[in-house]
Amino acid sequence: MSDKSLKLTNRPAAVIAMALFAVAAVTYGDASRMAVRATYGMSANAASYFICLFFVALGLGHLLSAFRISAGPTEDCDWRAIGWIALALTGLIGSVWLHAGFVLGATLLFTFTARAFGRRALLADFLAGGVIGIIVFLFFNKLLSLALPQGPLERLLG
Amino acid sequence: MDAIHLLIEGFSLAIQPANLVFAAIGVLIGTAVGVLPGIGPALTVALLLPVTFKLDPGGSLIMFAGIYYGGMYGGSTTAILLNTPGESASVVTALEGNRMARAGRGGPALATAAIGSFVAALIATAGLAFLAPLLVKVAVKFAPWDYFGLMLIAFVTVSATFGASPLRGLTSLGFGLWLGLIGLDQLTGQARLTFGVPQLLDGVEVTTLAVGLFAIGEALYMASRHASKPEKPLPVKGSIWMTREDWARSWKPWLRGTIIGFPIGALPAGGAEIPTFLSYTMERKLSRKPEEFGTGAIEGVAGPEAANNASAAGTLVPLLTLGLPTSATAAVMLAGFQQYNIQPGPLLFTQHAGLVWGLVASLFIANVMLLVLNLPLIGLWVKLLAIPLPWLYGGILVFASMGTMAANPSVIELLLLAGFGVIGFLMRRYDYPVAPAVVGLILGPLADSALRRSLQMSLGDPMVFLQHPSSAIMIAVATVALVAPFMFKGLAKFRQDED
Repeated sequence: MSDKSLKLTNRPAAVIAMALFAVAAVTYGDASRMAVRATYGMSANAASYFICLFFVALGLGHLLSAFRISAGPTEDCDWRAIGWIALALTGLIGSVWLHAGFVLGATLLFTFTARAFGRRALLADFLAGGVIGIIVFLFFNKLLSLALPQGPLERLLG
Repeated sequence: MDAIHLLIEGFSLAIQPANLVFAAIGVLIGTAVGVLPGIGPALTVALLLPVTFKLDPGGSLIMFAGIYYGGMYGGSTTAILLNTPGESASVVTALEGNRMARAGRGGPALATAAIGSFVAALIATAGLAFLAPLLVKVAVKFAPWDYFGLMLIAFVTVSATFGASPLRGLTSLGFGLWLGLIGLDQLTGQARLTFGVPQLLDGVEVTTLAVGLFAIGEALYMASRHASKPEKPLPVKGSIWMTREDWARSWKPWLRGTIIGFPIGALPAGGAEIPTFLSYTMERKLSRKPEEFGTGAIEGVAGPEAANNASAAGTLVPLLTLGLPTSATAAVMLAGFQQYNIQPGPLLFTQHAGLVWGLVASLFIANVMLLVLNLPLIGLWVKLLAIPLPWLYGGILVFASMGTMAANPSVIELLLLAGFGVIGFLMRRYDYPVAPAVVGLILGPLADSALRRSLQMSLGDPMVFLQHPSSAIMIAVATVALVAPFMFKGLAKFRQDED
C-alpha cells in the first residue's frame, strides 16, 4: 500500500459508509431491545441482526472504495431548484398537518414545483394548481369515493 | 389442453362490455401517463394504482393489464421522440429511435416500436399462458426452503449480477430490505424499527416507496439539472406508416427480440435491460446495413423494443406463479394484487383461477387495443410530450402525493414519501439503481418468513437448506451469481496490474 492509496478520493462513498454504519447501529439497538419469543430457530430480531451485518459489510465496501476509487465528476446541481421543491413539499405536508385540506396543499405543491422548473408566473400557476387540485379532489372524492384530506374548501365542495 | 380451456373461459370474462371498457381506459391512461417524460412503467402503475382502488378485483386487474402494456408503450414513445428513456430498458430504443426521429423518420420508428411490441407481447403472453400452468405444477411442491433459495437468487440477480456496480446494487437492495423490517413481524407480531410511531406498525407501503423514489426523486433530479439541459420533443414529420422496406427490415428483429426477451424475463433474474442490449448487438451484427447503426437503423428499434415487451410479459411468469417480482414494475404490480388480498403464487391459480385467466386474456385484449388505439392517436401523445416541464412535474407531484394520501391519509405517510424522494434523488445523483430497493422491500419480509418457517419445520437445524437438493442448488446459484462479478472484477484488475 502506497501513500496515494490512503488518500480519501471519494467523499460521497465515505459519507454513505458512515450512513450505513449509523443505520446498522440503530437497527442493532432496536433488535437488542426485542424480547426473544421464538420456539425454534430464529426469533423476530434475527433478521434485524442479519441486516445489520449486511449493512456493516456494505459500509466496509464503501469505505474501501472511498480510498481506492476516485469519484466521477459530479454534475452541477441547482440547489435553488431543490429548495423550491422542498418548499413545495413542505407546503403540502403543512396544509395536511394543519387540516387546511388537500386542494390548498396541492395548489402550493404545484405552484412551487413549477417555480423550481423555472416558471415565474406564480399567480397564474397558483390558479392553475388550484383548478387541478379541485378537479383531482372532485374526481377521486366523488367518483371513486377515496378519502382525501379535507379542509374548509373541501367541505364546501362536498 | 386444460390451459386452452381455462383461457377461453378467461376470454369470456374479459370480453364482457364492462371489462372491455376497463381495459380500454387502462390502455389509454397507461399510455398517457407512460408517455410523460421521466415516467417509466413502474411509476405509471404505481401512480395509477389508486384509480383502481374502488373497482372490484376483476375489473381493476383487467384495467391493470391495460395500464401495464400502455405504460410500456408510452415509455418507448418518449424514448424515441424526446431521447429521455423513462427506464433503463428503453435506453436502447432511444439510441436508434431518437436518431430516426431526428432524421425525420419518427413515424416509422414509432410504428415499428408499436407493431414490434404487439407481436412480442402477443407471443410472450401466449408463452405465459402455456408456461404458467406447468410452473405452477412444480411450484405447488415448493417448501419454504425452496422459496428462500429462489428469493436469494432474485435478490442477487436483481441487484448485483447485472448492475454496473454490484456494491451499489446491493446497497440499494439493503435499503429495501431494511425498510422491509419496519413494522409488525408476521410470525410473532413484534414491532421492529417502529420507534414508537403507530403509523409505522403496518410497515412501509410499496407504492409509497416506489412513488417517492421514482416520482419525487426524479422530479428533484430533473429540477437539479434542468437549468443545464432543457429538452424538446422532436416533431413527427412525414408519414407515420412504414414502407415496404421498413417492414422487410423489421419483422425478423421483432421475432428475434421476442425469442431473446421472453426467457430472460421469465427467469427469476430481473434486469430488463439485458435482453434489449442483447437484441441490439445481435441486430447490429445481422443487419444488412450495419453502417446505419448509430444514425437511425430501424432494426435497432424493432428488435430491442420487441425484446423489452417480451421480457416484460415474461416477468409475469415468476410474478403470477411464484409471487416473485423481479423488476420494479412487477413489484408494484404485486402491491396492486395485495391491495385486494390476492397473493400471487401457485395457490392463485387454484383459488382465483377465473381471475388469473381473465387477467391473461385481458393482456391479449389490451395488446390489440394498444395497436388499434395508439397508431391513430400518435398526434395526441406527441401533444402530451409538449406539456411544459414546470407544469408537467407540478402535475406529477400532485398526482403522486394524491395517490399516497388516498391509500393512507396521514402526515407520516407524506413525510415518508418526501424522505424517499430525497433518497431517490441522491441515488440518481450518485448512480445507485433504484429498482433493487423496491424489490427488496417486497421480497424481504417474504424471505424472512420463508427462512423462519423452514427453521421451525427443521426444529432449528440450518442444514435444512442444504439437505434438500432443490434449495441447495438454488443457494449455490445465488452464491455464484453474487461472487462472480467481484471475481471477474478482481481478475480484470489482476490483468491490468500485470500489464
